[in-house]
Amino acid sequence: MFPRPVQQVGAPVRIAYQVALPVALFLWLLPLIGVAITSVRPASDLAQGNYFGMPSGLAWHNYVEVFQNTPIAAYLRNSFYVTIPTVIGAVALSTMTGFALGIYRFRANLLIFFMFVAGNFVPFQILMVPVRDLSLRMGVYNTYWALILFHIAFQTGFCTLFMRNFIRALPYELIEAARVEGVAEWRIFWFIVLPLMRPAIAALSVLIFTFIWNDFFWATVLTSDPDHQPITAGLSSLNGQWIAQWHLVSAGSILAALPPVAMFFLMQKHFIAGLTLGAVK
Amino acid sequence: MAIAADAGSGASGRSWWKQNQQWLTPWLFLAPGLVMFVVYVIIPIFQSFWLSFFDWDGLRAPDGSSTARWIGMGNYVELMDDDAFWTSLHNNVLWLVLYLLAVPMGLFIAIFLNQTVRGIRVYKSLFFFPFVISQVVVGLIFSWFYAPGFGLLYAIIERITGTGVAILADERFVTYGIIAAGLWPQTAYCMILYLTGLNNVSPDQVEAARLDGAKGWRMLWYVILPQLRPATFIAVVVTVIGALRSFDLVSIMTDGGPYGSSRVLSFYMYEQALSEYGYRMGYGAAIAVVLFLIMMVFISGFIWKMIRDEKEGY
Repeated sequence: MFPRPVQQVGAPVRIAYQVALPVALFLWLLPLIGVAITSVRPASDLAQGNYFGMPSGLAWHNYVEVFQNTPIAAYLRNSFYVTIPTVIGAVALSTMTGFALGIYRFRANLLIFFMFVAGNFVPFQILMVPVRDLSLRMGVYNTYWALILFHIAFQTGFCTLFMRNFIRALPYELIEAARVEGVAEWRIFWFIVLPLMRPAIAALSVLIFTFIWNDFFWATVLTSDPDHQPITAGLSSLNGQWIAQWHLVSAGSILAALPPVAMFFLMQKHFIAGLTLGAVK
Repeated sequence: MAIAADAGSGASGRSWWKQNQQWLTPWLFLAPGLVMFVVYVIIPIFQSFWLSFFDWDGLRAPDGSSTARWIGMGNYVELMDDDAFWTSLHNNVLWLVLYLLAVPMGLFIAIFLNQTVRGIRVYKSLFFFPFVISQVVVGLIFSWFYAPGFGLLYAIIERITGTGVAILADERFVTYGIIAAGLWPQTAYCMILYLTGLNNVSPDQVEAARLDGAKGWRMLWYVILPQLRPATFIAVVVTVIGALRSFDLVSIMTDGGPYGSSRVLSFYMYEQALSEYGYRMGYGAAIAVVLFLIMMVFISGFIWKMIRDEKEGY
């Protein structure tokens, strides 16, 4: 193991390490801790210049105020309406593309695979004008569908890379054996490969949920009113209205961050498995 | 292939399917995903290239035809004389160089956390935390952190030097301030890649090197880093792409200001194409093409390496 485990080194180093851990964590999360405290700080504290001391009380009222005076509930709802169908769609499409590219040998295989991979890296701006125009012409601009359709299509690139590599690592003999038995190809997909892909499906679902929830660029390009905007775009416009009302900005930020954070802590193992795919040989 | 050969030579539809299912199946499985990807990603890339030779306000005539006007290289000629474009390009270079600091910083934290003391798993996930949060929220958090009068960092600087610095309002510091905010989640990402990599470093090699007297920097450089190459590759790829994609933070923290000094190409493109002073889709497309070409240099490098690995692997 590298570095040498602290248990094997002398007691002073071990104790120093145990002290350094929480200190380092505190410094690392300092901006976040500051915002979390500000979000429950009474507005009167800010008015009196008490920015960093102990709050004079816990003002959960800030959160109530955000819900009462702004469309934040609608923004949060919109985010769920966009994110959940996208996760289902992108995972469904990419299990199929991943299966096709992982199992079958045909001439265009690598070409299509690398088209998915490369497309996944392009800057969003090169797609912006045509995709916006396409959404307008399809009549879906400023609806959930504008975002859902685009996100499914774009995420299919990343998901295909992921699924195809996962399927490549499965034992190919299983499929050979099934073919010798005369099992139809779609049944091989449905009854043999799909059940084995469960961990990959879980990992991708968590990742895509986080990516789409946190998307800001497309939210501003493809939607324009509070009835359809997701929370990221909503928070940005609220920030414009709440000039320097940091207790409200903070409460809104915490609310926007909660769903992906909850997802991460509930599904941590899958999340990290998904993110670090390819980091080890 | 076995199935295709077994199938009889009957002329019914069913046996046609049996004979052809081997080569048809992959295409049927690919079709939905491929069609979506081509419509929404591949074709728009070419459309943007085409559009960059037009002057277009994004409107269409009632019959659906575009109102764009061909101006050839006009947009690109204009770009050459556009100071805002050069500022954005300059900032993009800064982003690219400084953002890569996330890679060594991530490695450093990963080494720090690669222990087996009690509660270390919770520490690892809390260190990873910033990556899970939306960049919009990261931007707001750092805006507060830097805010004159209200912000923690502002207060600390004021305490130490006597005068506070309004980082986001100062043309000299603004881009660095935004990049620092971006480094926070990006470092967390690199850290998690390296933690996974360190987990898979061969203990035998480390022990053998220890017996040979290797330790500290020499151990890291000659024994550990070579084994972390896959993690480093991915960390560099995602960091370079992330640097060139930076849009959210600039938009949230400064909206390109003060006086446009913190713009980057992705933000300037958006500003031109959908600006409040009138849509300039063609000009925006030209900026996007420049950004795309810069990105292509890196993408082709990555893809070239991946293809090489692929050929070796199978």
